[in-house]
Amino acid sequence: MSTFQHKDLLSMEQLSVKDINLVLDTAESLKEISLREIKKVPTLRGKSVIHFFYEPSTRTRTSFEMAAKRLSADTMSLSASGSSIVKGETLIDTARNLQAMNPDLIVIRHSATGAPHLLAREVAASVINAGDGINEHPTQALLDLYTIRERKGRIKGLDVAIIGDIAHSRVARSNIIGLLKMGARVTISGPPTMIPCEAESLGVQVIHDPVQAVRGKDVVMMLRIQLERQSRVLFPGVREYAAFFGLNQARMKHAKKDVIIMHPGPINRGVEIASDVADGPYSVILDQVANGVAIRMALLYLLIGGSRRGDMD
Amino acid sequence: MAIWIRGGRVVDPLKGTVEEQDVVVDRGRIQRLAPWGGFNEDGPRVKKIEARGRLVVPGLVDMHVHLREPGHEYKETVATGARAGAAGGFTALACMPNTDPVNDNRSVTEFILGQARAANLVRVYPVAAVTQGQKGEALTEFGDLEAAGAVGLSDDGLPVVNSEVMRRALEYAQYYGLTVISHCEDRSLSAEGAMHEGTVSSQIGLPGIPAASEEIMVFREIALSRLTNCPVHIAHVSTEGSVALIRRAKEDGLAVTAETAPHYFTLDHTAVNGYRTDAKMNPPLRRPEDVEAVKQGLEQGVIDVIATDHAPHSPLEKDVEFEQAAFGIIGLETALPLTLALVEQGILSLAGAISKLSLNPARIINVEGGRLEQGGPAHLTVIDPKAEYTLGPEDIKSKSKNSPFLNVPLKGWAELTMVGGRIVWDRHPSHTRS
Repeated sequence: MSTFQHKDLLSMEQLSVKDINLVLDTAESLKEISLREIKKVPTLRGKSVIHFFYEPSTRTRTSFEMAAKRLSADTMSLSASGSSIVKGETLIDTARNLQAMNPDLIVIRHSATGAPHLLAREVAASVINAGDGINEHPTQALLDLYTIRERKGRIKGLDVAIIGDIAHSRVARSNIIGLLKMGARVTISGPPTMIPCEAESLGVQVIHDPVQAVRGKDVVMMLRIQLERQSRVLFPGVREYAAFFGLNQARMKHAKKDVIIMHPGPINRGVEIASDVADGPYSVILDQVANGVAIRMALLYLLIGGSRRGDMD
Repeated sequence: MAIWIRGGRVVDPLKGTVEEQDVVVDRGRIQRLAPWGGFNEDGPRVKKIEARGRLVVPGLVDMHVHLREPGHEYKETVATGARAGAAGGFTALACMPNTDPVNDNRSVTEFILGQARAANLVRVYPVAAVTQGQKGEALTEFGDLEAAGAVGLSDDGLPVVNSEVMRRALEYAQYYGLTVISHCEDRSLSAEGAMHEGTVSSQIGLPGIPAASEEIMVFREIALSRLTNCPVHIAHVSTEGSVALIRRAKEDGLAVTAETAPHYFTLDHTAVNGYRTDAKMNPPLRRPEDVEAVKQGLEQGVIDVIATDHAPHSPLEKDVEFEQAAFGIIGLETALPLTLALVEQGILSLAGAISKLSLNPARIINVEGGRLEQGGPAHLTVIDPKAEYTLGPEDIKSKSKNSPFLNVPLKGWAELTMVGGRIVWDRHPSHTRS
């Protein structure tokens, strides 16, 4: 069996196609655990996992907690407000203190790009990036790839549109990297204020008009509009955004007949996505959430399951 | 005792010549500057410095450094900065006013000059703030500051936003012969940016600082120079667009001068990869096209000066998340080899390179130096153009070690630095002397 040769999962950038397939295949074999009567296996018994969230999160944090618990790892949660961060401790000092307690894995979400990379350099424990600044959110991309593969049977050759604030979205960035690696074609869409600088250099097509962007697509991925960004003049208001860029039934018709609609959540109903689309038959939004647990179980298993690196020497 | 610097290749940036000459220094002045071989006065009264194969150049002048004193002495002091400067071949430093308190009044200017006298190494020339507290509102007392010893005015990293204030600053400063130095940045555009906005920022997910945030302000300063007929100096030029604007201004005969820093002609934005905070500075490292344009600007005389923007920061500011890290790198100890690399690449002549490191900045801030002349003050630097060293943090004289040029082999270093006839830096004190 091929193995996962990484200490940490910091980015989609670091993963090969083989790595990605390994994660997806592992998730597939672990998914049924969550459907059992007793949803727990002893795989990670005696391992400790720290969930360190500098930024608020419901879905991702719960998903990681659940994944770790179903594999019998001991978990603890830290948030910025309940930690020494509020006392002015630096990330490196926090990392050293956590390391002194010898955890096996640290899951980190942080508002600054590259913070998980900094942490990973400082600790012997494995590190999973659960979202850093506007940079990456690799576990979200992996669960999205899993969901696409589950629904479509493949990823290679699919046409995918990602619509929303691409420039400030770590979900978009990780998905773009992952989808392109797996052989999909990616179109990004949104008002020009939300498209990253020199976006074509990322290997994607840019189509601002959402109808044109959706046309003929196998997968349409909507991103949450961050209402707090409105003050930063990225868009004039929710009403206009919904009217010109929101995904509704009329716009969706231009996609392929068997299109799937994705959203990383939390959704703003009636803003980037109409309620009847979010709840409609093409929507796989809740599958994404369910698959998130399986993907995170797979990553925990691949990173710290079995004997630890170095113990073999 | 006289010092005889024997047979070095003496660079005259004004005449553009390099000639093998003897330099004899006594009582702080150059007593003799003549073709090699003419002088031969051995004896106990003469200390002989063998300079065959070495360059002897006017002492280097860095018109843009941060010495951090008063207020941030844990990063640098006037004394440690002066030592770093001497080791880098500099005999004069002009220090920016963003200290704590801000150098916006006579007492801070005098304090800095007092610290420099106590350090007794290189000349230190304070640049005072344009506006009180660098707030961009009320002008500082230019006359009083000039009388106290300030040589220029700048709000540096907190550039004057209000164009009326900048206009009046240019007009009022001209009367006192003070150069206004502008750090060109439209901070509403750079906002929370942490690196150049371009392909790399898009790839590695960092908020960007567009080239336009610099160019808009370069254009404004040029327009104000045209309006007021007053000189203005553009600090640390980093973009192709800025070079084009300054070129045009010079063609129009405006009194616009400009500097760049060695990192802008040596590194591009890919140096940030890996979230290296030692590659985070403001303005940020730009595209390879910008690096080429900056080099061309130097070659064609659009950019007059190479200044370091020496910006010491401790691990407290640098060993943190990239977006939270402070902007800036130290530069005094690596500027010379990085500049000489341009000579090797054929972009600058030797005299041209030395001119940008001595004569031109000395003229712009109107201080002595920039030429070696018989009877003139003995501020000079002896360079070994062939020496190759790799500096580690332990070799750095500055209190701070934040440099992307550590552990990289560089060629062409200052061997000896002399200020007013006194040796303030000697790399090989024991074995090159007779």
